[in-house]
Amino acid sequence: MAILVIAEHDGKQLKPGTTNTVTAAAKIGGDITVLVAGTGCAEAAQAAAKIAGVQKVLLADAAHYAGGAAENLTALVQGIAGQYSHILAPATGYGKNFMPRLAALLDVQQISDISAVVSADTFVRPIYAGNAMATVQSSDKIKVITVRATGFDAAGEGGSAAVENIAAGADTGLSAFKSQELSKSDRPELTAARIIVSGGRGMGSGDNFKILEALADKLGAAVGASRAAVDSGFVPNDYQVGQTGKIVAPELYIAVGISGAIQHLAGMKDSKVIIAINKDPEAPIFAVANYWLVEDLFKAVPEFTAAL
Amino acid sequence: MKVLVTVKRVIDPYVKVRVKSDGSGVETANVKMAMNPFCEIAVEQAVRMKEAGTVSEIVVVSIGTTQSQETLRTAMAMGADRGILVEVAGEVQPLAVAKLVKAVVDKEQPGLVIMGKQAIDDDSNQCGQMTAALLGWPQSAFTSAIAVNGDSADVTREIDGGLEKLTIKLPAVVTTDLRLNEPRYVTLPNIMKAKKKPLEVVKPEALGVDVTPRLKTLKVEEPAKRSAGVKVVDVAELVAKLKNEARVI
Repeated sequence: MAILVIAEHDGKQLKPGTTNTVTAAAKIGGDITVLVAGTGCAEAAQAAAKIAGVQKVLLADAAHYAGGAAENLTALVQGIAGQYSHILAPATGYGKNFMPRLAALLDVQQISDISAVVSADTFVRPIYAGNAMATVQSSDKIKVITVRATGFDAAGEGGSAAVENIAAGADTGLSAFKSQELSKSDRPELTAARIIVSGGRGMGSGDNFKILEALADKLGAAVGASRAAVDSGFVPNDYQVGQTGKIVAPELYIAVGISGAIQHLAGMKDSKVIIAINKDPEAPIFAVANYWLVEDLFKAVPEFTAAL
Repeated sequence: MKVLVTVKRVIDPYVKVRVKSDGSGVETANVKMAMNPFCEIAVEQAVRMKEAGTVSEIVVVSIGTTQSQETLRTAMAMGADRGILVEVAGEVQPLAVAKLVKAVVDKEQPGLVIMGKQAIDDDSNQCGQMTAALLGWPQSAFTSAIAVNGDSADVTREIDGGLEKLTIKLPAVVTTDLRLNEPRYVTLPNIMKAKKKPLEVVKPEALGVDVTPRLKTLKVEEPAKRSAGVKVVDVAELVAKLKNEARVI
Protein backbone atom coordinates (compact mmCIF):
# COMPACT_ATOMS: atom_id res chain seq x y z
CA MET A 1 0.00 0.00 0.00
CA ALA A 2 1.08 3.54 -0.66
CA ILE A 3 0.03 6.24 1.78
CA LEU A 4 0.11 9.98 1.21
CA VAL A 5 0.26 12.24 4.27
CA ILE A 6 -0.48 15.90 3.64
CA ALA A 7 1.69 17.98 5.95
CA GLU A 8 0.48 21.01 7.86
CA HIS A 9 3.25 23.56 8.19
CA ASP A 10 4.05 27.26 8.40
CA GLY A 11 6.62 27.18 5.58
CA LYS A 12 9.55 26.59 7.93
CA GLN A 13 8.32 24.05 10.42
CA LEU A 14 5.79 21.27 10.50
CA LYS A 15 2.75 21.79 12.70
CA PRO A 16 2.49 19.31 15.56
CA GLY A 17 -0.40 17.21 14.13
CA THR A 18 1.67 16.18 11.08
CA THR A 19 3.99 13.80 12.92
CA ASN A 20 1.03 12.15 14.70
CA THR A 21 -0.58 11.65 11.30
CA VAL A 22 2.59 9.89 10.09
CA THR A 23 2.24 7.52 13.06
CA ALA A 24 -1.35 6.76 12.03
CA ALA A 25 -0.08 6.07 8.49
CA ALA A 26 2.56 3.71 9.88
CA LYS A 27 -0.16 1.80 11.76
CA ILE A 28 -2.05 1.30 8.48
CA GLY A 29 1.24 0.01 7.04
CA GLY A 30 2.82 0.80 3.68
CA ASP A 31 5.18 3.25 2.01
CA ILE A 32 4.67 6.74 3.40
CA THR A 33 5.01 9.82 1.20
CA VAL A 34 4.56 13.29 2.70
CA LEU A 35 3.28 16.16 0.56
CA VAL A 36 4.39 19.64 1.56
CA ALA A 37 2.43 22.20 -0.44
CA GLY A 38 2.61 25.91 0.21
CA THR A 39 4.36 29.16 -0.55
CA GLY A 40 8.07 29.21 0.28
CA CYS A 41 8.03 25.90 2.13
CA ALA A 42 11.32 24.20 1.20
CA GLU A 43 12.43 24.27 4.85
CA ALA A 44 9.26 22.50 5.95
CA ALA A 45 9.90 19.84 3.30
CA GLN A 46 13.39 19.28 4.78
CA ALA A 47 11.77 18.87 8.21
CA ALA A 48 9.31 16.33 6.77
CA ALA A 49 12.20 14.35 5.24
CA LYS A 50 13.62 13.84 8.74
CA ILE A 51 10.50 12.18 10.16
CA ALA A 52 11.18 8.52 10.96
CA GLY A 53 9.32 6.17 8.64
CA VAL A 54 8.85 8.61 5.75
CA GLN A 55 10.12 7.27 2.40
CA LYS A 56 9.60 10.28 0.18
CA VAL A 57 8.67 13.96 0.39
CA LEU A 58 6.89 15.78 -2.42
CA LEU A 59 7.29 19.55 -2.49
CA ALA A 60 4.86 21.79 -4.38
CA ASP A 61 5.75 25.43 -3.95
CA ALA A 62 3.60 28.14 -5.52
CA ALA A 63 2.04 31.47 -4.55
CA HIS A 64 -1.49 30.16 -4.94
CA TYR A 65 -1.03 27.67 -2.09
CA ALA A 66 -0.88 30.47 0.51
CA GLY A 67 -3.17 30.03 3.50
CA GLY A 68 -5.78 27.27 3.53
CA ALA A 69 -6.18 27.36 -0.29
CA ALA A 70 -8.68 24.49 -0.32
CA GLU A 71 -9.60 24.85 -4.00
CA ASN A 72 -6.02 24.89 -5.31
CA LEU A 73 -4.67 22.32 -2.88
CA THR A 74 -7.38 19.78 -3.67
CA ALA A 75 -6.83 20.26 -7.40
CA LEU A 76 -3.15 19.44 -6.85
CA VAL A 77 -3.78 16.35 -4.72
CA GLN A 78 -6.53 15.08 -7.02
CA GLY A 79 -3.91 14.89 -9.77
CA ILE A 80 -1.68 12.49 -7.82
CA ALA A 81 -4.33 10.69 -5.72
CA GLY A 82 -4.54 7.66 -8.02
CA GLN A 83 -1.11 6.49 -6.88
CA TYR A 84 -2.20 6.03 -3.28
CA SER A 85 -4.43 3.68 -1.30
CA HIS A 86 -4.78 6.12 1.62
CA ILE A 87 -4.59 9.91 1.89
CA LEU A 88 -4.25 11.31 5.40
CA ALA A 89 -4.12 14.76 6.94
CA PRO A 90 -4.36 16.03 10.51
CA ALA A 91 -7.92 16.76 11.70
CA THR A 92 -7.05 20.37 12.45
CA GLY A 93 -8.57 23.53 11.03
CA TYR A 94 -6.17 23.05 8.11
CA GLY A 95 -7.01 19.43 7.28
CA LYS A 96 -10.73 19.75 7.98
CA ASN A 97 -10.92 22.58 5.46
CA PHE A 98 -9.70 20.83 2.32
CA MET A 99 -9.91 17.06 2.91
CA PRO A 100 -13.70 16.74 2.43
CA ARG A 101 -13.35 18.74 -0.78
CA LEU A 102 -10.71 16.28 -1.97
CA ALA A 103 -12.84 13.29 -0.94
CA ALA A 104 -15.85 14.56 -2.90
CA LEU A 105 -13.72 15.13 -6.01
CA LEU A 106 -12.54 11.52 -5.73
CA ASP A 107 -16.12 10.30 -5.02
CA VAL A 108 -14.98 8.97 -1.65
CA GLN A 109 -16.75 9.06 1.71
CA GLN A 110 -14.14 10.60 4.00
CA ILE A 111 -13.47 9.09 7.44
CA SER A 112 -13.17 12.05 9.79
CA ASP A 113 -11.10 12.39 12.93
CA ILE A 114 -9.93 8.81 13.46
CA SER A 115 -8.54 8.02 16.91
CA ALA A 116 -7.39 4.45 16.19
CA VAL A 117 -6.50 2.20 13.25
CA VAL A 118 -8.05 -1.29 13.41
CA SER A 119 -6.92 -2.41 9.94
CA ALA A 120 -6.23 -0.90 6.52
CA ASP A 121 -9.95 -0.32 5.94
CA THR A 122 -11.36 -0.13 9.48
CA PHE A 123 -10.99 2.77 11.89
CA VAL A 124 -12.33 4.08 15.19
CA ARG A 125 -13.72 7.61 15.36
CA PRO A 126 -15.52 9.56 18.08
CA ILE A 127 -19.11 10.68 17.46
CA TYR A 128 -21.50 12.73 19.60
CA ALA A 129 -18.69 14.82 21.09
CA GLY A 130 -16.75 11.70 22.03
CA ASN A 131 -19.64 10.23 24.03
CA ALA A 132 -19.62 7.26 21.68
CA MET A 133 -16.87 5.61 19.65
CA ALA A 134 -17.81 4.21 16.24
CA THR A 135 -15.81 1.53 14.43
CA VAL A 136 -16.32 2.05 10.71
CA GLN A 137 -15.24 0.15 7.63
CA SER A 138 -14.69 1.85 4.28
CA SER A 139 -15.44 0.24 0.93
CA ASP A 140 -13.93 3.10 -1.10
CA LYS A 141 -10.90 2.39 -3.28
CA ILE A 142 -8.94 5.31 -1.86
CA LYS A 143 -9.37 6.00 1.85
CA VAL A 144 -9.46 9.72 2.63
CA ILE A 145 -8.87 10.16 6.36
CA THR A 146 -8.37 12.97 8.85
CA VAL A 147 -6.46 12.02 11.99
CA ARG A 148 -7.11 13.11 15.56
CA ALA A 149 -3.59 13.93 16.75
CA THR A 150 -4.27 13.03 20.38
CA GLY A 151 -5.02 9.44 19.35
CA PHE A 152 -1.48 8.81 18.08
CA ASP A 153 2.03 9.51 19.37
CA ALA A 154 4.19 11.91 17.40
CA ALA A 155 6.61 10.15 15.02
CA GLY A 156 10.21 10.83 15.96
CA GLU A 157 13.11 12.03 13.86
CA GLY A 158 15.70 9.85 12.18
CA GLY A 159 14.40 9.64 8.62
CA SER A 160 16.33 10.73 5.56
CA ALA A 161 13.77 10.78 2.78
CA ALA A 162 14.48 12.31 -0.60
CA VAL A 163 12.67 15.55 -1.41
CA GLU A 164 11.20 15.64 -4.89
CA ASN A 165 9.85 18.83 -6.42
CA ILE A 166 6.55 18.35 -8.18
CA ALA A 167 4.91 20.75 -10.57
CA ALA A 168 2.32 22.97 -8.97
CA GLY A 169 -1.22 22.66 -10.28
CA ALA A 170 -3.00 25.51 -12.00
CA ASP A 171 -4.52 28.34 -9.95
CA THR A 172 -8.28 27.70 -10.00
CA GLY A 173 -8.86 31.41 -9.47
CA LEU A 174 -11.93 30.66 -7.33
CA SER A 175 -10.55 32.18 -4.18
CA ALA A 176 -7.95 34.83 -3.42
CA PHE A 177 -5.95 34.83 -0.20
CA LYS A 178 -5.81 38.24 1.46
CA SER A 179 -4.27 37.87 4.90
CA GLN A 180 -3.94 35.90 8.08
CA GLU A 181 -4.18 37.53 11.49
CA LEU A 182 -2.48 35.15 13.85
CA SER A 183 -2.84 35.57 17.59
CA LYS A 184 0.54 36.64 18.92
CA SER A 185 1.62 34.78 21.99
CA ASP A 186 4.88 33.75 23.60
CA ARG A 187 3.10 30.81 25.18
CA PRO A 188 3.09 27.35 23.60
CA GLU A 189 0.40 26.39 21.09
CA LEU A 190 -2.64 24.71 22.60
CA THR A 191 -2.28 21.51 20.61
CA ALA A 192 1.42 21.18 21.43
CA ALA A 193 1.49 22.32 25.07
CA ARG A 194 2.49 20.02 27.94
CA ILE A 195 0.28 21.98 30.33
CA ILE A 196 -2.90 23.94 29.55
CA VAL A 197 -4.70 26.41 31.80
CA SER A 198 -8.28 26.96 30.60
CA GLY A 199 -10.94 29.39 31.75
CA GLY A 200 -14.71 29.26 31.42
CA ARG A 201 -17.72 31.44 31.97
CA GLY A 202 -16.77 31.66 35.66
CA MET A 203 -13.89 33.96 34.70
CA GLY A 204 -16.50 36.71 34.33
CA SER A 205 -14.54 38.85 31.83
CA GLY A 206 -11.67 38.83 29.38
CA ASP A 207 -9.70 41.03 31.74
CA ASN A 208 -9.88 38.38 34.45
CA PHE A 209 -8.00 35.97 32.17
CA LYS A 210 -4.88 37.84 33.35
CA ILE A 211 -4.81 35.72 36.50
CA LEU A 212 -4.85 32.58 34.33
CA GLU A 213 -2.08 33.98 32.15
CA ALA A 214 0.05 34.60 35.24
CA LEU A 215 -0.48 30.98 36.31
CA ALA A 216 0.21 29.74 32.77
CA ASP A 217 3.46 31.70 32.59
CA LYS A 218 4.65 30.20 35.88
CA LEU A 219 3.95 26.71 34.50
CA GLY A 220 5.11 27.32 30.90
CA ALA A 221 1.55 26.50 29.89
CA ALA A 222 -0.80 27.43 27.06
CA VAL A 223 -4.04 29.27 27.77
CA GLY A 224 -7.33 27.84 26.55
CA ALA A 225 -11.01 28.49 27.10
CA SER A 226 -14.41 26.87 27.01
CA ARG A 227 -16.96 27.70 24.33
CA ALA A 228 -18.93 29.65 26.96
CA ALA A 229 -15.95 31.96 27.49
CA VAL A 230 -15.51 32.40 23.73
CA ASP A 231 -19.24 32.99 23.20
CA SER A 232 -19.18 35.60 25.97
CA GLY A 233 -16.40 37.39 24.09
CA PHE A 234 -13.79 36.98 26.86
CA VAL A 235 -11.17 35.51 24.48
CA PRO A 236 -10.78 34.82 20.73
CA ASN A 237 -12.16 31.70 19.08
CA ASP A 238 -8.74 30.11 18.62
CA TYR A 239 -8.59 29.63 22.41
CA GLN A 240 -11.54 27.27 22.26
CA VAL A 241 -11.10 23.72 23.50
CA GLY A 242 -14.00 21.40 22.76
CA GLN A 243 -16.08 19.46 20.25
CA THR A 244 -16.09 22.33 17.79
CA GLY A 245 -12.77 23.84 18.84
CA LYS A 246 -9.40 22.25 19.45
CA ILE A 247 -8.96 18.71 20.72
CA VAL A 248 -6.15 18.55 23.27
CA ALA A 249 -4.57 15.91 25.49
CA PRO A 250 -1.78 17.55 27.50
CA GLU A 251 -0.06 16.00 30.52
CA LEU A 252 -1.86 18.46 32.77
CA TYR A 253 -5.13 20.28 32.07
CA ILE A 254 -6.22 22.89 34.57
CA ALA A 255 -9.92 23.82 34.19
CA VAL A 256 -10.81 27.02 35.99
CA GLY A 257 -14.38 28.27 36.30
CA ILE A 258 -15.47 25.70 33.71
CA SER A 259 -18.67 23.83 34.55
CA GLY A 260 -17.91 20.96 32.15
CA ALA A 261 -20.48 21.02 29.34
CA ILE A 262 -20.50 17.90 27.12
CA GLN A 263 -19.01 19.89 24.29
CA HIS A 264 -16.03 21.08 26.40
CA LEU A 265 -15.30 17.63 27.87
CA ALA A 266 -15.13 16.35 24.28
CA GLY A 267 -12.03 18.43 23.70
CA MET A 268 -9.99 17.65 26.82
CA LYS A 269 -11.05 14.44 28.52
CA ASP A 270 -8.09 12.49 27.12
CA SER A 271 -5.65 14.70 29.07
CA LYS A 272 -3.39 12.66 31.36
CA VAL A 273 -4.12 14.63 34.55
CA ILE A 274 -7.08 16.97 34.88
CA ILE A 275 -7.59 19.37 37.74
CA ALA A 276 -10.69 21.50 38.18
CA ILE A 277 -11.24 24.59 40.27
CA ASN A 278 -14.87 25.66 40.61
CA LYS A 279 -16.96 27.13 43.41
CA ASP A 280 -19.96 25.00 42.42
CA PRO A 281 -19.64 21.64 44.26
CA GLU A 282 -21.98 20.06 41.67
CA ALA A 283 -19.98 21.09 38.57
CA PRO A 284 -19.93 18.18 36.04
CA ILE A 285 -16.24 18.88 35.31
CA PHE A 286 -15.42 17.16 38.62
CA ALA A 287 -16.54 13.83 37.14
CA VAL A 288 -13.54 13.79 34.80
CA ALA A 289 -11.04 15.49 37.16
CA ASN A 290 -8.23 13.63 38.92
CA TYR A 291 -8.18 16.37 41.57
CA TRP A 292 -10.78 18.99 42.22
CA LEU A 293 -11.00 21.98 44.47
CA VAL A 294 -14.28 23.63 45.44
CA GLU A 295 -13.27 27.24 45.90
CA ASP A 296 -13.67 30.71 44.47
CA LEU A 297 -11.26 30.86 41.53
CA PHE A 298 -10.32 34.48 42.24
CA LYS A 299 -8.87 33.30 45.57
CA ALA A 300 -7.53 29.90 44.46
CA VAL A 301 -5.75 30.84 41.21
CA PRO A 302 -3.49 33.61 42.67
CA GLU A 303 -2.73 31.28 45.60
CA PHE A 304 -1.84 28.52 43.13
CA THR A 305 0.45 30.87 41.18
CA ALA A 306 2.13 32.04 44.40
CA ALA A 307 2.65 28.45 45.58
CA LEU A 308 4.70 27.47 42.51
CA MET B 1 -29.75 37.16 -4.66
CA LYS B 2 -31.32 33.86 -3.70
CA VAL B 3 -29.70 31.98 -0.79
CA LEU B 4 -29.98 28.29 -0.04
CA VAL B 5 -29.52 27.19 3.57
CA THR B 6 -29.33 23.62 4.86
CA VAL B 7 -30.56 22.44 8.27
CA LYS B 8 -30.18 19.10 10.07
CA ARG B 9 -32.33 17.63 12.78
CA VAL B 10 -30.08 16.18 15.50
CA ILE B 11 -30.26 15.04 19.11
CA ASP B 12 -30.43 18.17 21.27
CA PRO B 13 -26.79 19.10 22.00
CA TYR B 14 -27.53 19.39 25.73
CA VAL B 15 -28.80 15.83 25.97
CA LYS B 16 -26.32 13.20 27.13
CA VAL B 17 -26.43 10.44 24.53
CA ARG B 18 -26.64 6.78 25.48
CA VAL B 19 -25.04 4.03 23.47
CA LYS B 20 -27.45 1.18 22.66
CA SER B 21 -26.65 -2.03 24.49
CA ASP B 22 -26.42 -3.99 21.21
CA GLY B 23 -23.67 -1.66 19.97
CA SER B 24 -25.59 -0.67 16.84
CA GLY B 25 -25.67 3.06 17.54
CA VAL B 26 -26.97 5.58 20.05
CA GLU B 27 -30.47 5.67 21.49
CA THR B 28 -32.68 8.12 19.57
CA ALA B 29 -36.13 6.92 20.64
CA ASN B 30 -37.87 9.39 22.98
CA VAL B 31 -34.86 11.70 22.94
CA LYS B 32 -35.28 15.46 22.59
CA MET B 33 -34.33 16.65 19.09
CA ALA B 34 -33.30 20.10 17.90
CA MET B 35 -31.88 21.97 14.94
CA ASN B 36 -28.10 21.50 14.73
CA PRO B 37 -26.62 24.67 16.35
CA PHE B 38 -24.38 25.51 13.36
CA CYS B 39 -27.40 25.23 11.03
CA GLU B 40 -29.23 27.74 13.24
CA ILE B 41 -26.32 30.13 12.70
CA ALA B 42 -26.60 29.52 8.95
CA VAL B 43 -30.32 30.34 8.92
CA GLU B 44 -29.73 33.44 11.05
CA GLN B 45 -27.05 34.65 8.66
CA ALA B 46 -29.36 34.32 5.65
CA VAL B 47 -32.17 36.13 7.49
CA ARG B 48 -29.83 38.98 8.47
CA MET B 49 -28.66 39.28 4.86
CA LYS B 50 -32.28 39.45 3.73
CA GLU B 51 -33.03 42.11 6.35
CA ALA B 52 -30.02 44.06 5.09
CA GLY B 53 -31.32 43.87 1.51
CA THR B 54 -28.54 41.69 0.02
CA VAL B 55 -30.78 38.63 -0.19
CA SER B 56 -34.18 38.40 -1.87
CA GLU B 57 -35.25 34.85 -1.07
CA ILE B 58 -34.19 32.16 1.43
CA VAL B 59 -34.77 28.51 0.53
CA VAL B 60 -34.11 26.09 3.39
CA VAL B 61 -33.33 22.43 2.70
CA SER B 62 -33.22 19.46 5.03
CA ILE B 63 -32.37 15.83 4.39
CA GLY B 64 -33.92 13.27 6.71
CA THR B 65 -37.11 11.66 7.88
CA THR B 66 -40.60 13.22 7.83
CA GLN B 67 -39.87 14.67 11.29
CA SER B 68 -37.29 16.96 9.70
CA GLN B 69 -40.27 19.01 8.50
CA GLU B 70 -40.36 20.41 12.08
CA THR B 71 -36.79 21.63 11.67
CA LEU B 72 -37.70 23.27 8.35
CA ARG B 73 -40.69 24.98 10.04
CA THR B 74 -38.36 26.31 12.73
CA ALA B 75 -36.08 27.73 10.03
CA MET B 76 -39.09 29.31 8.33
CA ALA B 77 -40.18 30.77 11.69
CA MET B 78 -36.73 32.36 11.90
CA GLY B 79 -37.32 33.95 8.49
CA ALA B 80 -36.68 31.48 5.66
CA ASP B 81 -39.25 31.80 2.85
CA ARG B 82 -39.84 28.19 1.81
CA GLY B 83 -38.66 24.70 2.59
CA ILE B 84 -37.59 21.57 0.75
CA LEU B 85 -37.35 18.21 2.47
CA VAL B 86 -35.41 15.47 0.77
CA GLU B 87 -37.08 12.59 2.54
CA VAL B 88 -34.79 9.67 3.39
CA ALA B 89 -35.56 7.06 6.01
CA GLY B 90 -32.15 5.58 6.76
CA GLU B 91 -28.64 6.86 7.31
CA VAL B 92 -27.37 9.43 4.81
CA GLN B 93 -23.61 9.95 4.87
CA PRO B 94 -21.95 13.30 4.11
CA LEU B 95 -21.01 12.50 0.48
CA ALA B 96 -24.64 11.57 -0.29
CA VAL B 97 -25.83 14.71 1.51
CA ALA B 98 -23.52 16.81 -0.65
CA LYS B 99 -24.83 15.11 -3.82
CA LEU B 100 -28.43 15.79 -2.78
CA VAL B 101 -27.69 19.42 -1.93
CA LYS B 102 -25.94 19.81 -5.28
CA ALA B 103 -29.01 18.41 -7.06
CA VAL B 104 -31.26 20.92 -5.28
CA VAL B 105 -28.79 23.74 -6.04
CA ASP B 106 -28.81 22.79 -9.73
CA LYS B 107 -32.59 23.26 -9.71
CA GLU B 108 -32.79 26.35 -7.52
CA GLN B 109 -29.70 28.22 -8.82
CA PRO B 110 -28.94 30.21 -5.64
CA GLY B 111 -26.12 32.77 -5.56
CA LEU B 112 -24.89 31.52 -2.20
CA VAL B 113 -25.22 28.34 -0.11
CA ILE B 114 -24.86 28.62 3.67
CA MET B 115 -24.37 25.45 5.72
CA GLY B 116 -23.37 24.64 9.29
CA LYS B 117 -19.71 23.70 9.63
CA GLN B 118 -20.46 20.50 11.48
CA ALA B 119 -23.42 18.48 12.72
CA ILE B 120 -23.04 17.71 16.40
CA ASP B 121 -24.24 14.11 16.02
CA ASP B 122 -21.72 12.42 13.73
CA ASP B 123 -19.18 15.30 13.98
CA SER B 124 -17.99 14.70 10.41
CA ASN B 125 -17.47 18.30 9.31
CA GLN B 126 -17.63 17.46 5.59
CA CYS B 127 -20.86 18.43 3.85
CA GLY B 128 -20.16 22.09 3.02
CA GLN B 129 -16.71 21.46 1.57
CA MET B 130 -18.01 18.45 -0.38
CA THR B 131 -20.94 20.41 -1.80
CA ALA B 132 -18.56 23.15 -2.95
CA ALA B 133 -16.34 20.52 -4.60
CA LEU B 134 -19.21 18.87 -6.49
CA LEU B 135 -20.49 22.24 -7.70
CA GLY B 136 -16.97 23.40 -8.63
CA TRP B 137 -17.58 26.47 -6.46
CA PRO B 138 -15.24 28.20 -4.03
CA GLN B 139 -15.69 27.50 -0.34
CA SER B 140 -15.29 29.36 2.90
CA ALA B 141 -15.34 26.87 5.76
CA PHE B 142 -15.57 27.96 9.43
CA THR B 143 -16.69 31.48 8.54
CA SER B 144 -17.02 34.21 11.14
CA ALA B 145 -17.77 37.16 8.85
CA ILE B 146 -19.14 37.58 5.34
CA ALA B 147 -19.68 40.67 3.20
CA VAL B 148 -21.09 40.31 -0.31
CA ASN B 149 -19.75 42.74 -2.92
CA GLY B 150 -21.42 42.18 -6.27
CA ASP B 151 -20.10 38.95 -7.75
CA SER B 152 -17.66 38.19 -4.93
CA ALA B 153 -17.65 38.00 -1.14
CA ASP B 154 -15.07 39.01 1.45
CA VAL B 155 -14.99 36.37 4.14
CA THR B 156 -13.18 35.83 7.42
CA ARG B 157 -12.45 32.25 8.43
CA GLU B 158 -11.57 30.89 11.86
CA ILE B 159 -8.26 29.03 11.59
CA ASP B 160 -6.26 27.34 14.34
CA GLY B 161 -3.94 30.24 15.05
CA GLY B 162 -6.36 33.11 14.48
CA LEU B 163 -8.23 34.43 11.45
CA GLU B 164 -7.86 34.18 7.68
CA LYS B 165 -9.32 36.62 5.17
CA LEU B 166 -10.22 35.61 1.62
CA THR B 167 -12.10 36.98 -1.32
CA ILE B 168 -14.19 34.28 -2.96
CA LYS B 169 -16.08 34.39 -6.23
CA LEU B 170 -19.83 33.89 -6.13
CA PRO B 171 -21.66 31.56 -6.27
CA ALA B 172 -19.96 29.88 -3.32
CA VAL B 173 -20.55 27.64 -0.33
CA VAL B 174 -20.00 29.13 3.13
CA THR B 175 -19.98 27.09 6.34
CA THR B 176 -20.67 28.81 9.63
CA ASP B 177 -18.59 29.05 12.77
CA LEU B 178 -19.81 30.10 16.20
CA ARG B 179 -18.97 33.76 16.06
CA LEU B 180 -20.72 34.53 12.78
CA ASN B 181 -23.84 35.58 14.70
CA GLU B 182 -26.11 34.74 17.58
CA PRO B 183 -29.33 33.11 16.32
CA ARG B 184 -32.63 34.71 17.27
CA TYR B 185 -35.38 33.03 19.25
CA VAL B 186 -38.48 32.24 17.26
CA THR B 187 -41.65 34.03 18.33
CA LEU B 188 -45.12 32.52 18.47
CA PRO B 189 -46.55 34.76 15.70
CA ASN B 190 -43.65 33.74 13.45
CA ILE B 191 -44.20 30.07 14.25
CA MET B 192 -47.83 30.50 13.16
CA LYS B 193 -46.77 32.32 9.98
CA ALA B 194 -44.23 29.59 9.19
CA LYS B 195 -46.99 26.98 9.08
CA LYS B 196 -48.39 28.68 5.98
CA LYS B 197 -45.10 28.86 4.10
CA PRO B 198 -44.59 26.37 1.22
CA LEU B 199 -42.83 23.09 2.04
CA GLU B 200 -41.99 20.70 -0.79
CA VAL B 201 -41.09 17.05 -0.20
CA VAL B 202 -38.89 15.21 -2.71
CA LYS B 203 -37.24 11.78 -2.78
CA PRO B 204 -33.55 11.16 -3.51
CA GLU B 205 -34.52 9.04 -6.56
CA ALA B 206 -36.29 12.04 -8.08
CA LEU B 207 -33.00 13.93 -7.74
CA GLY B 208 -31.08 11.02 -9.28
CA VAL B 209 -28.86 10.47 -6.24
CA ASP B 210 -27.80 7.10 -4.82
CA VAL B 211 -27.64 7.47 -1.03
CA THR B 212 -26.26 3.99 -0.25
CA PRO B 213 -23.77 4.39 2.64
CA ARG B 214 -20.09 3.89 1.79
CA LEU B 215 -18.98 3.50 5.39
CA LYS B 216 -20.26 0.52 7.32
CA THR B 217 -20.59 1.03 11.05
CA LEU B 218 -19.35 -2.19 12.63
CA LYS B 219 -20.04 -1.16 16.22
CA VAL B 220 -20.63 1.79 18.51
CA GLU B 221 -19.25 1.69 22.04
CA GLU B 222 -19.02 3.81 25.16
CA PRO B 223 -15.68 5.63 25.42
CA ALA B 224 -13.19 4.52 28.06
CA LYS B 225 -14.13 5.97 31.44
CA ARG B 226 -11.72 8.01 33.53
CA SER B 227 -11.05 6.63 36.97
CA ALA B 228 -12.66 8.58 39.82
CA GLY B 229 -10.68 11.51 41.12
CA VAL B 230 -10.25 12.99 44.57
CA LYS B 231 -11.38 16.23 46.13
CA VAL B 232 -8.67 18.38 47.68
CA VAL B 233 -9.36 20.85 50.48
CA ASP B 234 -7.06 23.70 49.54
CA VAL B 235 -4.44 24.96 47.09
CA ALA B 236 -1.58 23.64 49.24
CA GLU B 237 -2.94 20.09 49.03
CA LEU B 238 -3.56 20.48 45.29
CA VAL B 239 0.04 21.58 44.65
CA ALA B 240 1.35 18.75 46.84
CA LYS B 241 -0.70 16.16 44.92
CA LEU B 242 0.50 17.50 41.58
CA LYS B 243 4.12 17.42 42.72
CA ASN B 244 4.24 14.17 44.65
CA GLU B 245 1.43 11.98 43.36
CA ALA B 246 0.79 12.96 39.72
CA ARG B 247 4.34 14.36 39.28
CA VAL B 248 3.29 16.71 36.52
CA ILE B 249 4.74 19.96 37.89
